Amino acid sequence: MRTLMLSDEILMSVEKPARYIGGEVNAVMKDKEQVDIRFAMCFPDVYEIGMSHLGIQILYDMFNRREDIWCERVYSPWADMDQVLREQKIPLFALESQDPLKDFDFLGITIQYEMCYTNILQILDLSQIPLEAEQRTREHPFVIGGGPCAYNPEPLAEFFDLFYIGEGETQYFTLMDLYKKWKKSGAARADFLKQAAQVPGIYVPSLYDVTYQEDGRIAAMHPNCPEAPAKVIKQVVSDLADTFYPEKPVVPYLKATQDRVVLEIQRGCIRGCRFCQAGMLYRPTRERDLGMLKDYARRMLDNTGYEEISLSSLSSSDYSKLGELVTFLMEECGPKKINISLPSLRIDAFSLEVMSRVQDVKKSSLTFAPEAGSQRLRDVINKGLTEEVILNGAGQAFEGGWSRVKLYFMLGLPTEEEEDMKDIARLAETIAERYYEVPKEQRRGKCQIVVSTSFFVPKPFTPFQWARMCTREEFLHRAYVVNHEIKEQKNRKSIKYNWHEADVTVLEGILARGDRRIGPAIRSAYEKGCLFDSWSECFKNELWMEAFSECGVDVDFYTTRERALDETFPWDFIDIGVSRRFLEREWARAAEGVVTKNCRQECSGCGASVFGGGVCHERQD
Amino acid sequence: MNVRIKFQKTGPLRFISHLDVMRYFQKVIRRAGIDICFSEGFSPHMIMSFASPLGLGLTSEGEYVDIRVGSAPSSAEALERLNEVMAEGMKVLSFRRLPDSSKNAMSIVAAADYQVRFREGREPAEDWEERLADFSGQPEIRILKETKKGRQEVDIRPWIYDCRVLDGVIHMQVSAGSVHNLKPELLMQSFGAWAGIQIPASALQIHRLELYADQGTEEEHRLIPLEELGEDIGE
Repeated sequence: MRTLMLSDEILMSVEKPARYIGGEVNAVMKDKEQVDIRFAMCFPDVYEIGMSHLGIQILYDMFNRREDIWCERVYSPWADMDQVLREQKIPLFALESQDPLKDFDFLGITIQYEMCYTNILQILDLSQIPLEAEQRTREHPFVIGGGPCAYNPEPLAEFFDLFYIGEGETQYFTLMDLYKKWKKSGAARADFLKQAAQVPGIYVPSLYDVTYQEDGRIAAMHPNCPEAPAKVIKQVVSDLADTFYPEKPVVPYLKATQDRVVLEIQRGCIRGCRFCQAGMLYRPTRERDLGMLKDYARRMLDNTGYEEISLSSLSSSDYSKLGELVTFLMEECGPKKINISLPSLRIDAFSLEVMSRVQDVKKSSLTFAPEAGSQRLRDVINKGLTEEVILNGAGQAFEGGWSRVKLYFMLGLPTEEEEDMKDIARLAETIAERYYEVPKEQRRGKCQIVVSTSFFVPKPFTPFQWARMCTREEFLHRAYVVNHEIKEQKNRKSIKYNWHEADVTVLEGILARGDRRIGPAIRSAYEKGCLFDSWSECFKNELWMEAFSECGVDVDFYTTRERALDETFPWDFIDIGVSRRFLEREWARAAEGVVTKNCRQECSGCGASVFGGGVCHERQD
Repeated sequence: MNVRIKFQKTGPLRFISHLDVMRYFQKVIRRAGIDICFSEGFSPHMIMSFASPLGLGLTSEGEYVDIRVGSAPSSAEALERLNEVMAEGMKVLSFRRLPDSSKNAMSIVAAADYQVRFREGREPAEDWEERLADFSGQPEIRILKETKKGRQEVDIRPWIYDCRVLDGVIHMQVSAGSVHNLKPELLMQSFGAWAGIQIPASALQIHRLELYADQGTEEEHRLIPLEELGEDIGE
C-alpha cells in the first residue's frame, strides 16, 4: 500500500485532506526504479479546479503510455496546507508517489490564466526549487510552462527554464528523448537548454536578450546563441482524429468543478471575434472524427462511472456533426440515466429541441453572449450575433417554456460610447418584452434576465493587441452607466445586473501584455503574501500595487497606452501561424466597423493554413 | 431485489469523507455494470443507502451499503466485478440478497465493534490500561454530551457493551445507530477526563470492525452482524 507524505495529524488538521492523498481511480502508479524520466504535471490552482482541466488529463495519459516516463500530478496546496508545509519545511510532493517534486526530472506547469502567476511561485517555493531559473543546478528539475499564457511568457521568463508553445501532443516525446541522452551524458544544464531550443515550439528564455528604448518600449529581442531560433513556431496537431486522448481519465474522490466525462469535439474556432485570444491561438479549426468521439464517449463512461458527459470546444454549434453526435449520446445515455451537459450552443430550433430533451426546462436557462449592446459595437468586435437572431431564439425558447435568460457582455471595448453601454440595458428590456408577448397561459410567471458584464482586457495575438485598456475608474463608471440604465427600463424588476471586479481586471491587463520587467514585481507581490489571486476572497490589490511601485513598474504603460502599429511586442518572437499583417488588417477593419466572414464562409487569409490541416483545407462546397 | 454490500475502507482512503464515499460508490456501481434501480422523476438517483457514516480519518472493515437492483449476478461474480474496479484501500467483502421484508441497514444499526490504538509515540505515560477497566466497570458514567438540544448530562454506561485491552489495543463494543450512538472518540475522551489523562483525538487511531443489528431486547441484546441478515446469491 502507498505511504503518504503527510502524517495523519497534518491531514486531519486541514480542510479536505483528500486533495493531498492521490490514489484516485485511474491514477497511474509505476515503479520509479523502472522509469527514466519522472515528470510532475502541475495546474497551479486548488485540486478541485486543477482536476477539472482536460489538457492535463490528455498529457498525463500521453506521457504514461511510455514505459520510460512516469507522469504524476500536483496542485496548489490551499492556504491551510501552505502554512503547514512552510512551518514544518516539508517539500511539496506529487500525488501519485508522494515523492518531493525537487527530485523530479521535469516540473510542467500549465498556465491557463494570468491570475495564477503567484501560485506558480508558491509551487516552486514549497518544492524548494529556486524561483529563478538561473539559480537551478543539475540537481533540480527543469521547469517548463505551457498553455495559453505561454503565448506571452515574458513576465514569467526568469522563473521558467523552458516554455512549450503550442499543443503538447506534438513535440514532448522529442524533448524527452533529448533529455534522456543529456542525462546520461553528464553534460551541463545549459547544454540541454541549447539542444531543447532547437526543438520546434520550445522557447528557452535565457537564450534571448531584450533591449529597450528610452521611452520604455522594446527596441529588440535577439537570441544570444546560435542554437536559439529567432522565431518560435507554435505546434499544432494537424489531424485530431489520430492523436492522444484519455480513455481512462483520473476520477477524483472530491467533487471537482468539472465532475463529468469531457469530450473535446474540436479545437479552434471559425468565428474570429476580435477580442478573443483563444480564437486566434488555436487556429486552424480542426474537428474530431465522429466515430472516434462515439467510441471514446462509451469507453470513458465505462471506465470512470461518471453520471454525466459534457462536450467541450469553442463555439460548439459549429461542429459539423453535432446533430449526429448529440442523437447518439441521447440514445446511449438515456437508458443508463447518464446526463448530457451541453456547452453554450447557439440558440435555435435545433438546440432548443435538444435542450428540452436533456434538461429540465423549468430549471435551465438560455445563454447568449452578445458581448456588446449595440449592433455597431458588435460589428467592431466581429461578433456575428444580431438582435434579430437573439430575439428569434429567445422567442422560440419562451414559447417552449423557458423563462430564464443569461446575457454576457464586455465593457471597455475599443470605440465604446455611452450609447453602446445603454444598449446593453435596452437589449435586456427588449428580450423581457418579447417574453411578455407570450400569452399568459403559456408562460411561467415572470421572466428572469441576468445581465453580466466583464471588463475587456486586450490580449496578445488578437486584433486588439494594440488597444488601449480602460482604467479602473473608467471601468466602474461604465458599469454604473449600465446599472443606471437598467433601472430606467420598464421591466427592470425582471432584470438583474452583475459586474466583474475592476481591480483584478487591471492586474490581468498588466500581466497579459507585460514584458520581462514585470517579473520582479510578480515575485515581490508573492513575497508580500499574494496568492490565489483568482479567488476574490484572497485577492489583495494593495499589495500588488505596492509591488509595482517598489519595482518601478508603471501600470499605465502596460494598460492604458495605445500601441503604435510598428511597436515591437514582447511576444513577437512567437509565430502562431496567424500573421501580424492579418491582425493589423483586422484592427483597421474594427475601427471601420467592418465585419469579417467566418472561416467556412470565406477564407480571410489569416495565415493559419500553413499548418496544413483543419478548416483551411476542407473542401469549400 | 435488495442487496447488502459489506466493504472495507483502509489506507489512504481514510481521508475520504462520507459524502465522497457515497459519490465513489455511485461510480463503482456503474463501472461494475451492476443493474441498480433508480428513483423516478426528472433527476433520477440510485436507490442506495449507507448504514452508518464513518468519520474522517477512521478505517473500517465493517461498512455497509444497501442497494436495490433489477437483477443481480451471483455473489461471487459481483464481488469479482466490483473489486476489479475498486481503488486501493476499498474492497467489497460480501454481496448478499436481503429478504423482501428486511429493513434498510441505516434503520437497524444498533451496535459497532471498534479497535482503538494509540498512535506511535502518543501513548500516555500513565498506567492507563487498568484504569480503563476501572472506568468502564463503573455502574454509571455520567457525562455532558452535545446533542441537538444543547448539552445534556447522559449516562453512557448502558451503551458500552464491552471494553477491554488486548496487547495494548482497546477493543470496544458500543451502542451505535440512530437511537444511542456512542462514538469511540467520546468514550476515550470521557475516560481521559475521568482518569486525569490527556487523550487528544489526534493521538488515537480508530478502526471499525463490524456493525450489528439487535434482535434481542433492551435487557438482553442479541447482536447480529448486518451481513448475516442476507444470503449469498448462488451461480
